[in-house]
Amino acid sequence: MDKLINDFSFGLFIWQIVLFVLLLFLLRKFAWKPILNAVNDREEGIKTALASAEEAKKEMQNVTADSEKLLKEARAERESMLKEAREIKNKMIADSKEQAKTEGDKMIKQAQAAIESEKKAAVADIKNQVAELSIEIAEKVIKEQLSNKDKQLKLVDDMLGDIKLN
Amino acid sequence: MRITFLFKFLLTAALFLGNNTFAKETDSEPAKDTKAEIKEYIEHHLQDSHDFNLFSNTDENGEVHHYGFPLPVILWDDGLKVFSSSEFHHGETVAEVDGSHYKLYHSKIYKTDANGTISYDEEHHPTNVRPLDFSITKSVVMMLVTGLLLIWLFSSLAKSYSKNGAIPKGAGRFFEPIVLYIRDDIAIANIGEKKYKRYMPFLLTVFFFIWFLNMFGLTPLGVNVTGNIAVTTALAVIVFLITNFTGTKDYWKHIFDPLGDGMPWFGKMIIYIILVPIEILGLFIKPFALLIRLYANMTAGHVVLMSLIGLIFIFKSWVGGPLSFGLSFAISMIELLVALLQAYIFTMLAALYFGFASEEHDHNDEPELAHL
Repeated sequence: MDKLINDFSFGLFIWQIVLFVLLLFLLRKFAWKPILNAVNDREEGIKTALASAEEAKKEMQNVTADSEKLLKEARAERESMLKEAREIKNKMIADSKEQAKTEGDKMIKQAQAAIESEKKAAVADIKNQVAELSIEIAEKVIKEQLSNKDKQLKLVDDMLGDIKLN
Repeated sequence: MRITFLFKFLLTAALFLGNNTFAKETDSEPAKDTKAEIKEYIEHHLQDSHDFNLFSNTDENGEVHHYGFPLPVILWDDGLKVFSSSEFHHGETVAEVDGSHYKLYHSKIYKTDANGTISYDEEHHPTNVRPLDFSITKSVVMMLVTGLLLIWLFSSLAKSYSKNGAIPKGAGRFFEPIVLYIRDDIAIANIGEKKYKRYMPFLLTVFFFIWFLNMFGLTPLGVNVTGNIAVTTALAVIVFLITNFTGTKDYWKHIFDPLGDGMPWFGKMIIYIILVPIEILGLFIKPFALLIRLYANMTAGHVVLMSLIGLIFIFKSWVGGPLSFGLSFAISMIELLVALLQAYIFTMLAALYFGFASEEHDHNDEPELAHL
């Protein structure tokens, strides 16, 4: 310890303090600050670059996903539109078929009804005419037959004979 | 990078091991046996020096030649005295400046009379007056060189960032990971994301300063700056000042009221008579441990390494040479690691202390790592 204290050189101590402090300030100004700033900037740069790359990747994925989704949607829409069109077509055909059928049926019915009524009318007309004719004939016959007594008697006899037969 | 680094390291180690000519140095004192000579040489090496001596040798006539260059001596002794250290002639002559006489004795400057007489007390310590010595010594030169090297290296690294779009080039590729390591694993890990920034310049400077000086210590230049107690003390004082000037309210509360509301005041009084002085002592022990650790590690490394080299001259046989070469080579490898490790430990512990000082939450459950 005695030797240590004896070895201690005050001048060297002062020189060391002065030189070291000077060195510290010079290095701080000309070396450490620029170096540490440059390194920090670089690290920040790397960090932001990595982050933006990640961002871009994500965005890219989003875009791809979006376009895929859009494509899918468009495809689905096309499909549905086609399907709808087909349905509409089918429905239209079916509808018109149906309509035609009902219309036809209706017309047939009407025609039938008309025919029926015509027929009825015709039959009634014929019946009337037949009745009139028969009456006329009968009138004529009776007029003819009842022009003499014999014939009137004979008729009565015939008629009575018919009734007997029945 | 690794291969060239290894190559440089091997070269350094080889050069260092080649500096055994150092051990041949003899001072003006009479011839001694080899062991004492080596011991003295090592002691001399560990100390700061007033001239930059690269190597010395003794010629056939027993005359010592020193190769190197002198450094300015700056003394404060009733006024500023500046002269070249060559006037001491490596301690052999008395330097006369403005009517005062100075002599170099064991790397220290003493005021003497014109004949350079040094008087001793009973413990053989010189009793002469020691003027305040602010000389540009070998250590100061090395600190200046290291400082300039650091400024050049790291300001060019800073510039290369702005030039190359934040990509390091050349040496920056080697140093940038270290800077980032200090930031992420030392500063942020110990101080926290919020406050680490203000301590970063100090941590980076102290790390590279210590590391580079440690590495210079392993070169054949023969410098031992970080193994100098004055240097490590200065560093520790700076750590101490930063720690306590940036201390938060919680930090001081932890020192003067460590138990907080956990105990009634009369209970605390009894404990605090012991606890508070310990905490206050701890304030000083922490940086003191830093300065001693660095000093002791670097000095020990140098002593071991130089002693192993000294073995060559003691064994003087064909076994001793290669053996001590191999051993000192192995120790050089370890010292290379120690150079980095001690810089790391100093920085790490400084960051830890800063972390304690700038903490702002409840301290009661903190781990007691401070007394490492």
